[in-house]
Amino acid sequence: MPDTLPAHMRPDRSFQGLILTLHAYWADKGCVILQPYDMEVGAGTFHPATTLRALGPKRWNAAYVQPSRRPKDGRYGENPNRLQHYYQYQVILKPNPPNLQELYLGSLEAIGIDPLVHDIRFVEDDWESPTLGAWGLGWECWCDGMEVSQFTYFQQVCGIECSPVAGELTYGLERLAMYVQGVDNVYDLNFNGREGDEKISYGEVFLQAEQEYSRHNFEHADTTMLLRHFEDAENECKALLAAGAPAENDNLALHRMVLPAYDQCIKASHVFNLLDARGVISVTERQSYILRVRNLSKACGEAFLQTEAGGAVAA
Amino acid sequence: MPDLLLELRSEEIPARMQRKAAGDLKKMVTDGLVEAGLTYEAAREYWTPRRLVLDLRGLTARSRDVHEERKGPSTKAPEQAIQGFLRSAGLSSVEEAHIHSDPKKGDFYVAHISKPGRAAEEIIAGLIPGVVRSFPWPKEMRWGAASGPRGLTYSGIAGLGGETLRWVRPLQSIVCTFGPETEEPVVVDFEVGGIRSGNVTYGHRFHAPDAITVRRFEDYAAKLEAAKVVIDADRRKEIILADAKNLAFANGLDLVEDEGLLEEVSGLVEWPVVLLGEFEQDFLAIPPEVIRLTIRANQKCLVTRPHGGEALSNRFVVTANIEATDGGKEIAHGNGKVVRARLSDALYFWKTDQADLPDLDQLTASAEKFGLDLKKPLDQRMARLDHLGVTFHAKLGTQGQRVERIRRLAQEIAPLVGADPDLAARAAVLAKADLTTEIVGEFPELQGAMGRKYALLQGENPSVAAAIEEHYKPQGPGDSVPTDPVSIAVALADKLDTLVGFWAIDEKPTGSKDPYALRRAALGVIRLVLENAIRLPMLSNLKFWESGLAPESIEPATVRSADDMRPARNLDLLSFFHDRLKVYLRDQGARHDLIDAVITPESDDLLAIVRRVEALGFFLATDEGKNLLAGTKRAANILAAEEKKKTAIAEAVDPSLLREEPEKKLFAAVNQAEKEAGQAIQNEDFSAAMLALSVLREPVDSFFEHVLVNDPDENVRANRLALLLRIRAATDQVADFSKIAG
Repeated sequence: MPDTLPAHMRPDRSFQGLILTLHAYWADKGCVILQPYDMEVGAGTFHPATTLRALGPKRWNAAYVQPSRRPKDGRYGENPNRLQHYYQYQVILKPNPPNLQELYLGSLEAIGIDPLVHDIRFVEDDWESPTLGAWGLGWECWCDGMEVSQFTYFQQVCGIECSPVAGELTYGLERLAMYVQGVDNVYDLNFNGREGDEKISYGEVFLQAEQEYSRHNFEHADTTMLLRHFEDAENECKALLAAGAPAENDNLALHRMVLPAYDQCIKASHVFNLLDARGVISVTERQSYILRVRNLSKACGEAFLQTEAGGAVAA
Repeated sequence: MPDLLLELRSEEIPARMQRKAAGDLKKMVTDGLVEAGLTYEAAREYWTPRRLVLDLRGLTARSRDVHEERKGPSTKAPEQAIQGFLRSAGLSSVEEAHIHSDPKKGDFYVAHISKPGRAAEEIIAGLIPGVVRSFPWPKEMRWGAASGPRGLTYSGIAGLGGETLRWVRPLQSIVCTFGPETEEPVVVDFEVGGIRSGNVTYGHRFHAPDAITVRRFEDYAAKLEAAKVVIDADRRKEIILADAKNLAFANGLDLVEDEGLLEEVSGLVEWPVVLLGEFEQDFLAIPPEVIRLTIRANQKCLVTRPHGGEALSNRFVVTANIEATDGGKEIAHGNGKVVRARLSDALYFWKTDQADLPDLDQLTASAEKFGLDLKKPLDQRMARLDHLGVTFHAKLGTQGQRVERIRRLAQEIAPLVGADPDLAARAAVLAKADLTTEIVGEFPELQGAMGRKYALLQGENPSVAAAIEEHYKPQGPGDSVPTDPVSIAVALADKLDTLVGFWAIDEKPTGSKDPYALRRAALGVIRLVLENAIRLPMLSNLKFWESGLAPESIEPATVRSADDMRPARNLDLLSFFHDRLKVYLRDQGARHDLIDAVITPESDDLLAIVRRVEALGFFLATDEGKNLLAGTKRAANILAAEEKKKTAIAEAVDPSLLREEPEKKLFAAVNQAEKEAGQAIQNEDFSAAMLALSVLREPVDSFFEHVLVNDPDENVRANRLALLLRIRAATDQVADFSKIAG
């Protein structure tokens, strides 16, 4: 890390500097640097740049930041580590290069984590997303006992076997930033790298939001409305998939409306998470909701394979 | 004799799989070599998170030549048969076959087949790729460009589609060298999944990233040790344990040992370095088992106690994988931070569980149903469990309905076990409440234990609190059995409800399948009853459960339509108890035949069965017992033979037809013994019943000595047979003597 960088660009001095450093690192490794997806998602994996692009035979290397919402993890801004809205840094490389572990470790060094000072470990983690019908094998990556990333070789996404396999890296940005900035409370993170009057902390940006959304997620979100929204999103997803499907007797035609349909799948998934946080879903119902979202994601994945990006060749 | 060195270097292998994998590697390779005709002197496996290693010594350099003579058909056999033989023996024409003569069979063809021995190297090169491909990992994955579809190429690597190698994590390199000690070993050359074998490996990921060329095991192990890799997992364990103990001791602490965690941690590092981390004293307010589980499950760290103390200390032991340039300060500090964050979560859970739920107004109906006090946290959690309608089993209703059933049953059982019915009911109502607490959500293994703690905190009776934890007991043959009557009542109610419920929906264990652990539940009931000496008539309790069963809580189609099946179902469940009891008693050393002799399909008092078996055992050890058994068996054999012949037997003994003195005496004795034994059994005094029967010994012996059963007079014979029946009837009150061996 060049010492000449100003604090507002340095990964160990500012939250934004951390993001910029990762962008620069992965751009150097040939990734397309994308922007966040403009919908509420539970994890960076839901971005169509991962879920859908992990499917089909085409090469795909991308990196992006994804705001992620986990309504249940809200703590009214009172817990120094838990947030219902946080940032994931997501990298997807398809097929995974043979030196993906080294590339990942290189990114840690780029943000100032020296592997001869800090204890970096790859600890077994079988990753599974029941709603996405996805699973993979890999690790939680630990830095001094803290999980800072997830490292997954995707085996299946949307219920479809990945061929070739994509490697997915997900960094928990707040945790990493807390680590490299040496801060114990997420709200104390320096966001912009300035000091004194000019300093903006993570708390100044997000504390109020955490408090308000915790109230919303746990107490006030209208469950009747949400239940209706779930049904709507489910129906719309199916309707769009049906409307965009190629004619049955036309083997060469492409699917014409996968991405809008997949948006509805994302929406259903988020609404489910909200309902779950409100505590209105029983254990048995939970299973059936998960199954319903999975059916949508499967249908979207199958439709994606009938598009150009999914590797189908137009007539 | 040459040695073989094999190293499979991989991306990090899950700790829990390493030991078995290394063993599998040794077995598969040695089995394969032996099958191919080689022998070896010694084999030992090693492993780290990144490698499986096999050190094989004293391998034979070649397999032996094999000569075989294979007999063929007669020289006069049809052409087709001869051609078939030639093909199977690998001969190209009949001239290559030899002709042998046999005096009886005549001339026939014999093929002399010789298979030359193969070089060990060639055998190894042929064997290892198959071992790698068929390695029995619990879960495998594909990776990289080779996992792409056939016909496509990524950066010069062709997709192999379904043929691509599957392994636990990406396999990176293979070292395979072979040669005698006196010579430079050679690389055994082969390729699997795009990886070519060689003699190059790598040391510690961070301390020694450069390539290392190896020759044989000795220099391999030494070079890796120099490259900060300890390949022997047991040595890594010893290092961690010894260093952790020393470090704890030097800081006035005792290590809380944990073999399972040690095994796991030794599988997470190649170069263990032990450090001490710390968290704030305030967190020690959290129950110690929660602290230990938090630190263990999430951080893989060992906890400590102050030297000589009982409680936990606020310091823990981290095992790092590097010799950090700052001496480990950052690592200890970082781990401390994470532990602190985890413990603050745990503390949050612990406090949240003791605070009011936000949706109390919705819980009033549930509270009323169970007589809950919504001012108390655990009562709220139970109300919520009911309110949420959490399913217990699709056909057995919700957890709330289940708790209702357990409450009724516990209340009913309470007087039988000396428990206060109100306390038993209260304990049953709160028994499952902790399932909705945050801590149990995080650590399911703490169910029960947390409920007890929260119950005590809200001022429940200590027996109620204990029952919340103990009603899950005993969990297995080695687990302790609760002795507090309230715990016993709830534990029995919980298990009986489970058993009767699953029997009602016909989800019985079959063969090795017992997904609901019903065998364990039945054994639990048996141990609760026997070890606490409880008289619990099973059948009436099974019946009671049915009457208490709210019909809507059970899927109507499966149960209500089968109402008429209930008696049969209950007998079936009772016989399941009998089977488990037999297994249990046999494990305790009881005689199998005595158990069978005592149990009838209707025996529904487990304690009585055991007492009878004991009394019977004592009785049969006496001379009276042995002789009576012999006499009874004789009577039974005669009866069986005559019954087979369909000889007439009188319905009752007619005293006027008794002619001989011994049969008159026997008749009187039987009447007396039957009455006395019956009385003793009424009083549940099995020894007295045996004693009463033992009086029969002399008259039975004398009867068989002096009286001929098979009297020419049909009526006399029928009467004597009836007398034998009476002996059987008298003894049957105590046990079925025909099932007793000897």
